[in-house]
Amino acid sequence: MQFPALLSTRVLGNFLTDNAFLGITAVGMTFVIISGGIDLSVGAVIGFTGVLVAVLISSVGMHPLAAFAIALAIAALFGAAMGLAIHYLQVPAFIVTLAGMFLARGGASVITQDSVPINHEFYSYLTSLAIRMPGGGKLSFIGMLMVLVFLVGAVLAHRTRFGSYVYALGGNATSASLMGVPVVRTTVTIYMLSSVLACLAGLVFSLYTSAGYPLAAVGVELDAIGAVVIGGTLLTGGYGFVFGSFVGVMLLGLVQTYIIFDGTLSSWWTKIVIGFLLFLFIVLQRLVFAASTRADRSPGGA
Amino acid sequence: MSRFPLNRIINTQTVALAGVLLLNWILFPGFFKIEWQDGRLFGSLIDVLNRGAPVAILAGGMTGVIATKGVDLSVGAVMAVAGAVAATMVDAGHSTAAAVAGALAAGLLCGIWNGVLVALLDIQPIIATLVLMVAGRGIAQLITEGSIVTFSDPALIYIGTGSFLGLPMPVVIAFLLMLLATLAVRRTAIGLFIEAVGVNRSAATLAGIRSRLLLIVVYSLCGLCAAIAGIIVAAYIHGADANNAGLWLELDAILAAVIGGTSLLGGRFSIPMAVVGALIIQAMNTGILVSGYPPEFNLVVKAGIITLILMIQSPFATMVLAWFGRGEKRSLRCTAACARSWQQSPSSSSPMRRPSCSFRRCFPRVSWAIS
Repeated sequence: MQFPALLSTRVLGNFLTDNAFLGITAVGMTFVIISGGIDLSVGAVIGFTGVLVAVLISSVGMHPLAAFAIALAIAALFGAAMGLAIHYLQVPAFIVTLAGMFLARGGASVITQDSVPINHEFYSYLTSLAIRMPGGGKLSFIGMLMVLVFLVGAVLAHRTRFGSYVYALGGNATSASLMGVPVVRTTVTIYMLSSVLACLAGLVFSLYTSAGYPLAAVGVELDAIGAVVIGGTLLTGGYGFVFGSFVGVMLLGLVQTYIIFDGTLSSWWTKIVIGFLLFLFIVLQRLVFAASTRADRSPGGA
Repeated sequence: MSRFPLNRIINTQTVALAGVLLLNWILFPGFFKIEWQDGRLFGSLIDVLNRGAPVAILAGGMTGVIATKGVDLSVGAVMAVAGAVAATMVDAGHSTAAAVAGALAAGLLCGIWNGVLVALLDIQPIIATLVLMVAGRGIAQLITEGSIVTFSDPALIYIGTGSFLGLPMPVVIAFLLMLLATLAVRRTAIGLFIEAVGVNRSAATLAGIRSRLLLIVVYSLCGLCAAIAGIIVAAYIHGADANNAGLWLELDAILAAVIGGTSLLGGRFSIPMAVVGALIIQAMNTGILVSGYPPEFNLVVKAGIITLILMIQSPFATMVLAWFGRGEKRSLRCTAACARSWQQSPSSSSPMRRPSCSFRRCFPRVSWAIS
């Protein structure tokens, strides 16, 4: 690395803070993708949460904690509805969550068109909450929250019954249901988890910007999917790690930080590099899996 | 006229389009008024056709891709690339024909790239096209060097705003493309091949269809359609905006195809109905605008419409309908009973030992949770 200052704790702390909302979203997305689905609505849920919380605090005069609870409850219901629709209507998750994305984005725009600022002492308290690290770096509350979500997510995916259900569902939904995996409950829980985590990411985003804007976080769903794929999770489902998504998010963040540090590269190089990284990791995955499946399965998966 | 295929014209999609248009007429009485001014037609209905044309063109290409059980997320970005190429070439002094050809070639190249990823490397279509969706906009910005490139070439602008026989040029282009594509897929065997690959690619390959070549062709045609739509959009605003040209139009195109009855699981498609789907979307957009409702409602209404269509098309609705038919009822109940018996004693009954169930082999880590 040609910039020694990149490794300072100050940059590291900011790095975690800047990517906190993307990281939290990516955890939920990992579960959805491992189960063989996809959730396009997360970016819109982040935007909706930001606006809802901002309006509840600034216009209605509610305490932030109450507003947080309402937002999380709405997100849980929203995710449950999507999960139910995916299971009972037997439509691809792609289309259901696309409808969910339109609904959440539209709902946010119906609440307000403007950027609503949040001025509340509890907000400034949460933003100032940080652990000082040696070297002048600060580990902020939202940065710690992201790391915590990743840890909980990893335990949930790899050490609990629910996690095993998710993997089973992604491997083969029919076999999973025949083996007694509660398909409905698991599907609903997966999409609820994704929406709730997206909502949490929305709260983090509103802490980060101290405002709510209906068009915030447009396209975050693609960044999250990209991070999950770069992290080694298969989009066909049934295989992946929560920690891999952490690496993916950090890699995406690193590309951005590097381009900012370099200074001469224009911002559009970010997109090209991310696209190239995605391509590289997909091809790599493809080669690794082609090599490993050739060993124990007869050809014919074309 | 007795052999006129009336039942092929009247179906869910056209009834829905008529319904949306009628609703618009109720909300805005002047909706169906069409005037002749300066040698061309004017009116809300023409506006729906004109603004719906880019999405209709995209939806045509997208339908072909979806019919092969794929999806192309990159069409919006390809539009931006094509627009950027056309605008910069015209500004650099090339002729209009060269600029259009360059833009079309760029779109074709993007499509071939997607096709190669999907067909040769066997990458899932969503992911394969996601690469170009992310990188494409960056490439478009690279071409325009980050700024919005404007141009004043009259021939290029004519593609976006001119008129032919009184109809706006985009409508004419979209209609011709639709006619061409429909004839190609319904009067030759190509449509059948596409459906065969969409239903079961391995079986189609074994039956002698060159599925790899077919997939590459389908994706490159989708890229070409996206390039045409990109040129139209750039010509319409007299400039190429790498950031916003075709933004989220891929979702509209997929939606149009799905509304048009194309199955996302592949194997069933209709290009004219996808175009009707694009017009339904645009009629809703225009209706909300002309009736004076705030445009924010647009997305919510869209979400409602998608949900409604999904419910009508879903197997669940078919099952509810079948519930009234005696024959299906028995078989349904039987399947449910079998599934239940398997659920109750998963480890003792047959599915574990069936050769088709490689569950335990693939997922040794899960077996402890069930046994």
